[in-house]
Amino acid sequence: MTEKLSNVYVEETALVAGPLEKEGPLKEYFDKTYDDYNLKESLELSEVQMNKDVLDIILKKTNQEEKDIDLIVAGDLLNQLCATSYAIKDLNRPYLGVFSACATSMESVIIASKMIDKEKEQKRAICLTSSHNLTSEKQFRNPTEYGYTKPKTATFTSTGAAAIMLTNKKTNIKVTSYTIGTIEDLNQKDVNNMGAVMAPAAADTIFKHLTNLKITPDYYDLILTGDLGIYGKEILKDYMKQNYNITLNNYNDCGAMLYDMNRQKEITAGGSGPVCSCLVNYGYIYNMLKEKNIKKVLLVTTGALFSPTFLFQKQSILSIAHAVSLEAGK
Amino acid sequence: MDINKYQTIVKKNTPKENRVGNLLISFFVGGILGALANFIIESYKYIFHISTKEASGHMLVTFIFITCLLTGLGVFDDLVKKGKMGLIIPITGFAHSMQSSILDYKKEGLVYGFGSNIFKLAGSVILYGVVSAYTFGLIRFLIFGG
Repeated sequence: MTEKLSNVYVEETALVAGPLEKEGPLKEYFDKTYDDYNLKESLELSEVQMNKDVLDIILKKTNQEEKDIDLIVAGDLLNQLCATSYAIKDLNRPYLGVFSACATSMESVIIASKMIDKEKEQKRAICLTSSHNLTSEKQFRNPTEYGYTKPKTATFTSTGAAAIMLTNKKTNIKVTSYTIGTIEDLNQKDVNNMGAVMAPAAADTIFKHLTNLKITPDYYDLILTGDLGIYGKEILKDYMKQNYNITLNNYNDCGAMLYDMNRQKEITAGGSGPVCSCLVNYGYIYNMLKEKNIKKVLLVTTGALFSPTFLFQKQSILSIAHAVSLEAGK
Repeated sequence: MDINKYQTIVKKNTPKENRVGNLLISFFVGGILGALANFIIESYKYIFHISTKEASGHMLVTFIFITCLLTGLGVFDDLVKKGKMGLIIPITGFAHSMQSSILDYKKEGLVYGFGSNIFKLAGSVILYGVVSAYTFGLIRFLIFGG
């Protein structure tokens, strides 16, 4: 499903990031960085704290108070979206929790945009996303201090929290259209190659977006996928070419951009996690749009709907991708 | 797209793992660990005047202590990345798996936290260790008569 939006704009973004993200090339776009993964007495509460910090920052940056926010649409990777709900419980604002794994950010933007698009009065919605490397490791993989060697295709869950404030009052950056993706399953079962799991979903969403709007990839200055990593990126290009006969030239992947892949060897194939795409999109890309270095960008976030239980029961890993296009105003 | 056709695209874009290199590293690290263990046994025998059997037990406790300490200090997982399976297969890997589980779940309390999770990774090693010891013990008893 693809639809154009008439009246949704980005008011502001805010980002906080962890220690390894801070060492990457996009450090200057983060509002706050941490030197440690432990900010509070437990890892889970540390993720909650990051969400609280990013909310404080975005409210301060826009000079808004809590009561000015009409809606919060948010999600994270932890069970029952606890990192989000514990962070916003004191705000007392209407809240929708969403989950699409690493595609959560664009899902929340789509829902929030749709909610405020046709409103007559000015409305503001905040979309909040977070992930924490160690809480994800603990929930999905092995204990955090457990050492094991990762294959080259494994991606690294990014640490940080991101917020974007959407409004229906005109600003320089417009949310122009969105495409809601479908679940893709090409029988991938390798948890250490999530790029291969998610590439078909990304390709499908990009293809549907382009066909439904009757445009070519060149319409956009840049097409960005969420967290396919350096190898998943190549899989997507090959798959796009072979399955849809579309060549992507103006394409990159946030997971491959967030870190310095030559220097930061521990990252292996690239970043992942819901916040990975946001740390690039809401910072670097948002600034490029603001300064009009690029005019039109398509953000495709990719999520692997991965459950250890289902995988151990021999089921394949499903994936989904959602796309949102942003344009800089004249 | 056909699943097999997609699999060829995936395979084409998947880098080769350095299996031989990893194997050699594991072999040498594991070997050095074994030599070290023997050195410790001989030293204990010499210093404390105990039998080889007793000294072996003391050596294992020494290795477990060092591993747990290094895991707690956050060093051991980095060592594993360098030493690979050479550090995971011996008793050090077993101690490491238990210690890392304890560290992860200590905030959830003594019972539901690390009591329930301490054998998260080590549980299968213990279970199948006991099962295989029993099976092979039985085979030995039936064939060689004990």
